Amino acid sequence: MTRAVLPKAIDEVQEVYVETDILIIGAGNAGCFAAIEAKKVNPELKVLLMEKAHIDRSGCLAGGMDAINTYLKKGRTIEEFVRWSRSQAGGIIREDLTISMAELLNKPIEEWEKWGMPIKYDEDGEEYKARGKWDITISGSEMKPILAEKTREMGCEVLNRVVATNYIMDGERVAGAYGFGVRDGKMYIIKAKATLNATGGASGLYKPYQNDGHDSHHQLWYCPYNVGTGYAMGIRKGAEMTTFEMRWCATRTKDFNGPIDTISLGYKTPMVNAKGEKILEERYAHLGGDAAPRYIRANVPMEEWRDGRGPCFVDTTVMTEEQVWDMKYDYLNERPTFVLFLASRGQDIRKDPIEIYGSDPYIVGGHTASGYWVDVKRETTLPGLFACGDVAGGAPNKFVGGCAAEGIIAARAAAKYCCIIDGTAPICKQEIETEKERVFKPALRKASVGDGVKPGEMEERLQRLMDEYAGGVHQFFRMNKESLAYALRHLAILKDQIKYLVAADLHELMEAHEVIDRIDVAEVLVHHLMYREETRWPGWQTRTDFPEKDNERFDGFVNSRFDPDSKTIQVFMRPYVQTVPGDRLKL
Amino acid sequence: MPPVVVASKCTGCGACENICPGDLMAVEKGKACCRTKRDCWDCMSCVKACPAQAIEIRIPYQLGYYPAKLVPEVKEKSIIWTCTDIYGKVEQFHVKTRNE
Repeated sequence: MTRAVLPKAIDEVQEVYVETDILIIGAGNAGCFAAIEAKKVNPELKVLLMEKAHIDRSGCLAGGMDAINTYLKKGRTIEEFVRWSRSQAGGIIREDLTISMAELLNKPIEEWEKWGMPIKYDEDGEEYKARGKWDITISGSEMKPILAEKTREMGCEVLNRVVATNYIMDGERVAGAYGFGVRDGKMYIIKAKATLNATGGASGLYKPYQNDGHDSHHQLWYCPYNVGTGYAMGIRKGAEMTTFEMRWCATRTKDFNGPIDTISLGYKTPMVNAKGEKILEERYAHLGGDAAPRYIRANVPMEEWRDGRGPCFVDTTVMTEEQVWDMKYDYLNERPTFVLFLASRGQDIRKDPIEIYGSDPYIVGGHTASGYWVDVKRETTLPGLFACGDVAGGAPNKFVGGCAAEGIIAARAAAKYCCIIDGTAPICKQEIETEKERVFKPALRKASVGDGVKPGEMEERLQRLMDEYAGGVHQFFRMNKESLAYALRHLAILKDQIKYLVAADLHELMEAHEVIDRIDVAEVLVHHLMYREETRWPGWQTRTDFPEKDNERFDGFVNSRFDPDSKTIQVFMRPYVQTVPGDRLKL
Repeated sequence: MPPVVVASKCTGCGACENICPGDLMAVEKGKACCRTKRDCWDCMSCVKACPAQAIEIRIPYQLGYYPAKLVPEVKEKSIIWTCTDIYGKVEQFHVKTRNE
């Protein structure tokens, strides 16, 4: 297809004005379920999805998925789910959000099945085949195209290949969003009565260890095209954010950096160290052994390496031939290239077990709890703005089902909100001009000056900085006050260097905004890491200068707000609200 | 993870360019190519979408050896995956992708 060339002057940029009732930014899992629900609530509503890639294969489900990790099977209760999620997250979750999500966990999955996604059944064919306590097995290779088809069928409009850049503001209220077309080079000005953010989490803040000079920059567990744009848009307009410091650093397959639950949970293979010890059972019995909280399990291989007992493995030698075949079948539904990876090693995993290692840290509200601070309707602290899925904070362990459920909740609230908003006020012309100049600046610098900083260079500088000074995988996820202060100093320099970014084409312009957004997210993240002067989740958040937990000061949520006027970040505590009784660290 | 386009099979139809979530595939002079191989997530969307089976995904050599192959044959409601390891051992999987 033909691609537009970059403008050489700002007045060459074409503007496209669109008005809608509901604007959904990000047509991934949460965004699509939100769009479908909005149309179900009121078919008269105009629902528009703004998508940076193509809806058929965008977001975390691009390659597929082999399991739903949060399905309430027969006999399971919401209270049980809250206790489980709470204990897995070290006792810090928003219980109100978790309860409202749990009420809807099964609905999207059962709908997906009706629309065509295969789910495995147990032998008598009555119930879904269980993989773990809350997990079921699916054949999700085509689940995203299936969801996209349904979204279109419901009458939602989709703008593919439009990169969101900032919210349109009507006073305090979010009134839509700006974006630019990465294929057509146009500036999109989309006015909406209600705006819903479903852009996902952030990868690429930290340097991944797989990174070589050539081909493996994006050998990531999380979708590398989810760069934290949704967080950054909120930060820039003063939205309150929560729990960024609860990073998602996970045990993944070494080098491939792929999901591990398929093997360890699906086939009950124990994690073993170089000495052949079953690590959880033998070294972490006091923390629950195999049932230890998620962050403990996530940090296990890195601790073993650091203490001289690496490399570590999941002991696949205990698997039967049939199980190995099933496991590969599962991977073909989620990350097909893991099967290719094993073939490229010539590895028979019944003789040669699969190696594991820590991943680079991600900010992802669907696994841990980082994101927008929202109310139970999923409205953010900015009026008119709703958030769901990985970009919304407070409710960890959402995974695919929970992100979809949140999309439904947010859409219901957004549909109601539309009815009370007039939305006819025009957008300030000056604001449009300012944003257009900000968006196309790297292109204009390329045309007028030529020399400058390429987005890829700045991205790698950021990733190196975060890795070394803000607890990346090369530092075994550890950090202290001085290293974080160093990171903040250099993040400030990077922010100032944004003016030197150059983009040679529209793809590079997208990359320029990806790194701009990542820097905003990284800065807030480091402030959160700095504020929590304790170690609550070893691995996810390890402070070498404060190695113990401090319940007196930090048994709650660390929240932050960037003040757009003073350009400073305030960090503060919000208290924990417990509704489900009992020890928060126990099931 | 680098996608490799087999030029003799590629018809330049642009299905890969249309679908790539990373905006990495483009048709230039009638043939598809990947602009920055290091930015590929190996989601295989382009491979599945290619009507000519002209795209192959490779594991970066830094991580896995040559010449392993994973080829999907996409049917209406299933995919037949054929995987060949570096020693020539072949495995085949019939994976259901949509309900009847």
